[in-house]
Amino acid sequence: MSQLASITLMQNDDARPVIDSIIADNPGVKILTMPGAIKLDCEGKITVNRASVEERLGRPWNLQELHLVLISMAGNLDEDDDYFTLSWRH
Amino acid sequence: MSGTKKLGLRQRYEHMTRGLDWETTYQPMDKVFPYDQFEGIKIKDWSAWEDPFRLTMDAYWKFQAEKERKLYAVLDSFAQNNGQTGISDARYANVLKLFLTGVSPLEYAAHRGFAFTGRHLRGSGTRVACQMQSIDELRHVQTQIHTISHFNKYFDGLSEFPHMHDRVWYLSVPKSFFDDARTAGPFEFMIAVGFSFEYVLTNLLFVPFMSGAAYNGDMSTVTFGFSAQSDESRHMTLGIEVIKFLLEQHPDNLPIVQKWVDKWFWRGHRLLGIVAMMMDYMLPKKVMSWKEAWDIYFTEAGGALFQDLARYGLKMPKGAEIATAEAEHISHQNWCTFYQYTHAAPFHTWMPDNEHLDWLSEKYPNTFDKYYRPRWEQWAKMDKEGKRFYNGALVQLCQTCQIPMVYTEPGDPNTICFRETQHGGQRYHFCSDGCKDIFDNEPEKYIQAWMPVQQIFQGNCGGPTVPDVLNWYNLKFGVDNMDYAGSPDEALWNEWHADKVKAAS
Amino acid sequence: MSVVALDNQDYAAKTGPRDTRASYHGNIMVYVHWEEHLFFCAPLAFPLPPAMPFGALVSEVIAPHYAPHPDAAHIDWSAAEWMINNVKVKPDFNASLEANNIDHKSVVRFWTPGLHGETGH
Repeated sequence: MSQLASITLMQNDDARPVIDSIIADNPGVKILTMPGAIKLDCEGKITVNRASVEERLGRPWNLQELHLVLISMAGNLDEDDDYFTLSWRH
Repeated sequence: MSGTKKLGLRQRYEHMTRGLDWETTYQPMDKVFPYDQFEGIKIKDWSAWEDPFRLTMDAYWKFQAEKERKLYAVLDSFAQNNGQTGISDARYANVLKLFLTGVSPLEYAAHRGFAFTGRHLRGSGTRVACQMQSIDELRHVQTQIHTISHFNKYFDGLSEFPHMHDRVWYLSVPKSFFDDARTAGPFEFMIAVGFSFEYVLTNLLFVPFMSGAAYNGDMSTVTFGFSAQSDESRHMTLGIEVIKFLLEQHPDNLPIVQKWVDKWFWRGHRLLGIVAMMMDYMLPKKVMSWKEAWDIYFTEAGGALFQDLARYGLKMPKGAEIATAEAEHISHQNWCTFYQYTHAAPFHTWMPDNEHLDWLSEKYPNTFDKYYRPRWEQWAKMDKEGKRFYNGALVQLCQTCQIPMVYTEPGDPNTICFRETQHGGQRYHFCSDGCKDIFDNEPEKYIQAWMPVQQIFQGNCGGPTVPDVLNWYNLKFGVDNMDYAGSPDEALWNEWHADKVKAAS
Repeated sequence: MSVVALDNQDYAAKTGPRDTRASYHGNIMVYVHWEEHLFFCAPLAFPLPPAMPFGALVSEVIAPHYAPHPDAAHIDWSAAEWMINNVKVKPDFNASLEANNIDHKSVVRFWTPGLHGETGH
C-alpha cells in the first residue's frame, strides 16, 4: 500500500523558495493546490534541504524558519541543521 | 578551533534540556508525580524520549514572536480596509460563529490540558513539548478571539461565545469531548488530544476551515488559522512521538493504547461532523467536499500512519471502516438537524439552492440523490407553501457524544441506529457501537454526563419553554437564530452592497 | 469493566447519574421515533406522567408533533406497528404508559404500513 510522506505549506512569498526546492529535490513529488495552501506528497520520503533553499533565496536560511510557513505534515520527522525529512522508511 | 565552533541543532537542544529531569530529594518522586501510574502505563526509561523538532525555548519565543507580528499586521490591515465587506457572502460569517462558539473554547481547554500533562509527566522531553503546546494553545484562543472580534462589530451570534459554549445544547458536544480528555489521566490525554486528535484528525479541522476562509475572502481568519496550524506540525510530532514512545517502552502498554486510540478516534470522528457540515453546506464557495477531505486526510494519510505503527502491533482504530462509510452521510444528517432546529441555534441556516443541490449530487453520487435530496426538496416545497418546517420537540441524545440520535445503522441509511446499555438500574442510549463501547468500558464516568435535553426537562435551564431556554443561552430570538433570509445579517449585507447593485443596474 | 481513576475504590460512591427518574418532578422521560421518516432528524424526547394512557400519548403527544409531515394525515393508528424497549408489541391504548412497560428513558418506535416518507420503500 502507498505511504505518502507529505508536507503542506502556505502559498506565500516566504514559502515560495521552500516549495521550489522541495519540487526540485524530490523527484515524483505530487502537488495539490488549495486556496492559500499547497500540499506536497512523495512516496515514502520527502525532504527540505537548507542549501537548496538558500540557493534560491540568495541568503543564509535557518531551517527552523520553516516553522513560519508550515501548515501540516505526515511522516516521521528527522530534523538537523541541514535537512528536514519526513519519512515512513526505517 | 573546536572550542569556538558553533553547536549543531542536536547539541544545542541537549545542552538546553540537560538536567531538567533531576531526581527529587525532599519528596519521593512518586509523590511529586502522583498521576502517571494509575492508568497502567509502564515507562522504563524516560530519557529515551526524543523530540525531533529540537526546538529550544529561546528559538520557540523567537519564531512565535515572528508569527504574531505577521498575523497582527494582517489583522490590522483587514480592519483598516473594512475586509468584512469583501467576503464572498454574509452567509460565510456563520462559519465563524460555529468556529468561535465550538472550536476556540477547545483551544483554551487544550491549553489547560497540556499545562496539566506537562506538569505531571516526569520526562523532560515530554515536559518541554507539552509546555510549548500549552502556550501555543493559549495563543490560538487569543488570536482567534482577537480576529473574530472584528466580525463581532457587524454580525450577530458571536458576542456570547463563552457563555454559549457552556450552555447551548449542541455545544455540549465539543465541550464534553475535552472534559472527557482532561479528566482522564495524563497518558490518555496525550493519546486523546496529542495523537488521535492532533495527528490523525486535526488536518480535517483546520485545513478545510482555513482554506475555506482563504477562498471566501476572509484574509484575517486564514492568517490566524495558518499561523495556528504552523504550531500544529509541532503538536503532530509530539503526538506521533508519544505513541511510539509508549509502545516502545513496554509490551503491556499496547492493549491500553489501542483502546484509547479506538475511543478517541471515534469521539473525534463524531466531533468533526460539524466540520463536515461546514464544508458541504456553509461555505458559500466550496473548497472540497467532506468526503474528499476524508479520503485525503484519513484514508490516505491515516492509512500511511497506521501502516507504520503496525510494527508495534497497533491496529487501525476499531471504528475506521464505519467512519469512512459515514463520510458519505454525516454532513447531510447534521445540516438537516440544524435546518429543523434553526430556532434553537445562535447562527443562521438556509436551504441549499438548486446549484448547491447539484454540487452535492455530484460530490455524493452514492448517497445524496437517494437519501438526502428528496428530503431537501420536500422541505423546499413546504417552505414555498409558507410551511417552513421547524421541529417542535426536543430530541433524544447519545449518552457518550451527546449528539442528537441522528446517525443511521451501518449499511441502512433509512434507519436510526439505536444502541442501549443498562447500568445501575437505568437505561442509557447511544448513537453507535463506538459510543456504546466507550460507555461500557467506563460507565461510572459517563453516567455523570450533563445532557442538555435532560437538564431542560428537569427545569435547570431557565424555564420550561423554548424562549426561556434561549434566554438562558443569551440567544436573541430573531437576531442570532433562524434562517439567513430575513436576518439582520442579511439586511446589513444588502445595505453594504446596495451601491454595487445600483451601479450595476 | 470499570473506570480507570486515581481513586478506584471510592469513585462510584462519589459520583452518580444526573438524570434519574427522581429528578423529573413525577414525570418519566420517553423517547418516540417514527420509523422511515428521517424528515424528523432524530427520535423525539418528552417528559410524561407515567399514568398517562397510551392512547393519550398517541393523540396528544405523538400525532401533533409529527403532524407537519405530509404522511401524517394518512396514518391509520389501528394499523401502526409498535416496538417498546426493543420488543415488538401491541400496546393497550386504554392502559397507562407504565402498564404498557414504558418506564424512564424507554424507547417507543412505530412503523406506519404503506407510509414510508420521502426515501422509504
